[in-house]
Amino acid sequence: MAEHDEDAYHPGTGEYIQIGIILAVLTAIEVVLYFLGIDQRISTPALLALTAMKFLLVVFWFMHLRFDTPLFRRLFFTGAGLAGSVFAAVGAIFYFGPQ
Amino acid sequence: MSAEAVTPEVTAHEGHRTSLGVSNTKLAIWTFIGSECLFFGALISTHLIYVNTRADGPGAEIFDIPFTSVSTFVLLMSSLAMVLALAAIQAGDMRRFRLWILSTGLLGAVFLAGQIYEYTVFFAEGATLPTSPYWSSFFLLTGFHGVHVAFGILMLVAAWASSMSGRLTSAQSETVENLGLYWHFVDIVWILLFTLVYLIPAG
Repeated sequence: MAEHDEDAYHPGTGEYIQIGIILAVLTAIEVVLYFLGIDQRISTPALLALTAMKFLLVVFWFMHLRFDTPLFRRLFFTGAGLAGSVFAAVGAIFYFGPQ
Repeated sequence: MSAEAVTPEVTAHEGHRTSLGVSNTKLAIWTFIGSECLFFGALISTHLIYVNTRADGPGAEIFDIPFTSVSTFVLLMSSLAMVLALAAIQAGDMRRFRLWILSTGLLGAVFLAGQIYEYTVFFAEGATLPTSPYWSSFFLLTGFHGVHVAFGILMLVAAWASSMSGRLTSAQSETVENLGLYWHFVDIVWILLFTLVYLIPAG
């Protein structure tokens, strides 16, 4: 089956503004979490989760990956996955490696 | 076939289709973005390797988180302005397109000015490129991101100037979409940097 993006759906202005507001609110929550000064064992996973949500909102809505051809999704997530592997390898070296 | 016969076809279908049924230029920009993920992934990992190598220099305690939070908000809003510019050109509203594309560039310039100001504060605090591996990797990572933002601003201004001269019309909305993909990529890199480089180490 040919993968066509010619008539791909793009969100409208209202939907873009809603996403923009959600991104601003998530950033505000991140900053509040930082200033609350809570235990890093709680704040770090929470910050990472909020970052992942912001990342995916931009990628799927503003970059249209949710609506575009799966080929572009594969290209992006191959690069992002390899970058994540490098990141995980570095983390593993620090966590399991000699002190 | 004469050049005259080819030109209208090229204008109407600006992004030539590949045998996969997708536009060549869009395929190229997504491939480029995929490779850029690896580039920034390597830089972020390098910074994390050096996160505890501050020698006698200052550390993350000199970050001004409220200031960087405002910069982050500005860059996020530039992404919103970019999609509004795309929606405008797709709707054939060139006046609104020019307004939003210029807003995107201005917000990007505000972000970049903030980054330059932040660097001057760090330099004054004794944090420079040779201070320690931590600061070397910090300036390399955020500096490369800043260069990407600067390049994006140049392209946004070029798109605005092209629309003013009539060379960029709603028929070429895919060019704006590709420019937007690059701009949003710069934004998602900063989303990661704000948390991994600023918030978590300074927390």
